[in-house]
Amino acid sequence: MSGASRHGALVRISLFAAIIAALGVLPKIDLPVAAGVPVTAQTLGVMLAGLILGPRHGALAVLLFLLIVALGMPFLAGGRGGLGVFFGPTGGFLFGWIAGAFLTGLMTHHGAPNFWRALLACIVGGISAIYVFGIPWLAIVSGMGFSKAAMASAIFLPGDILKALAAAFVASSMGRYPK
Amino acid sequence: MIALYHAPPIWLHRIPAGAKLLALAVATWTLFANQSLWLLGAALVFASANYALLGKAGARRLALLKPLIPLLVIVFVLQYMASDMHGALVSSGRLLAMLLLADLVTLSTGLQTMMDVLNRLLRPLSWLGLRHENIALAVALTIRLVPLVLESWRRCEEAWSARTQRRAGLQLIRPFIADVMRMSSQIAQALDARRANPQKGKPRERKS
Repeated sequence: MSGASRHGALVRISLFAAIIAALGVLPKIDLPVAAGVPVTAQTLGVMLAGLILGPRHGALAVLLFLLIVALGMPFLAGGRGGLGVFFGPTGGFLFGWIAGAFLTGLMTHHGAPNFWRALLACIVGGISAIYVFGIPWLAIVSGMGFSKAAMASAIFLPGDILKALAAAFVASSMGRYPK
Repeated sequence: MIALYHAPPIWLHRIPAGAKLLALAVATWTLFANQSLWLLGAALVFASANYALLGKAGARRLALLKPLIPLLVIVFVLQYMASDMHGALVSSGRLLAMLLLADLVTLSTGLQTMMDVLNRLLRPLSWLGLRHENIALAVALTIRLVPLVLESWRRCEEAWSARTQRRAGLQLIRPFIADVMRMSSQIAQALDARRANPQKGKPRERKS
């Protein structure tokens, strides 16, 4: 973990926060599974942060990214940013990203994951954990019931499944970056 | 990279950041504790008036909220079916009002000012071992790195299109991540060289 450099961890965390930001700016990546479905790659970056940096540093990278968004940088997909995004209906999903990266990392912590293990981690961490935060938030903030909030959130589900597949594909072909 | 802070300044720019954040917290609490449409209307009118004051910058900013419209509509419809018009208006209007108010704080506060507030808030935590100057460094570093990371993506894309006619997709992510991670050790070494021992006590170098 420590390596030769005192700043190694700090730089890797910052770099991954920058990667998540960059994935929001990039033109949409075409997913091979369903060409033409517009999917922003940002939660892909969240899953990759956990897969590649591990649970703790992955979660810190996401936290740092969100902090910078809150400070006012337009780093969310579509050029959004600032405090407003955390007050909006989807604010809970953003906080869920932190848990998502952590869980994804935790489930693939040892050794290079194969595709199925990475996929399972991405579905549990990258989708379920994010929804666990996002849905109650939406339910509370909007004043509608839990089940209705879940129904409304379902519009994100197809894209998220595609992203989990993509992240698992990338992670299994790459393994964990040596620290 | 341009932050969301925009000219031309309006009166909100002159209010201290801490006061704006406190006002935002109070507004949030008040709006959630009340069901009054009048209060909600007042908040929305206040927010829209300030966006109008911001002119073009305000309009550009509002355009960014478009992706949220479907969700707001869903909230409205579901809430209307479950209760009544009043409930539907309150729940969806409240979301919109909170969004707009929070956005106004961001629009009228510079990144550095926000960072200063954050540092003030984090300073009491330093006895827990949290080093707020490391957080400031990580924030600055990340913002600086985003253009570099984007350039690395472009390099990968060029290398791809030089070799094949097919469109680049997921295959690019792997070399991209590898390329970016390669940068990290160089940057870490540069930081090691320039920054006095950050683990112990105060930095020996001047603060910049």
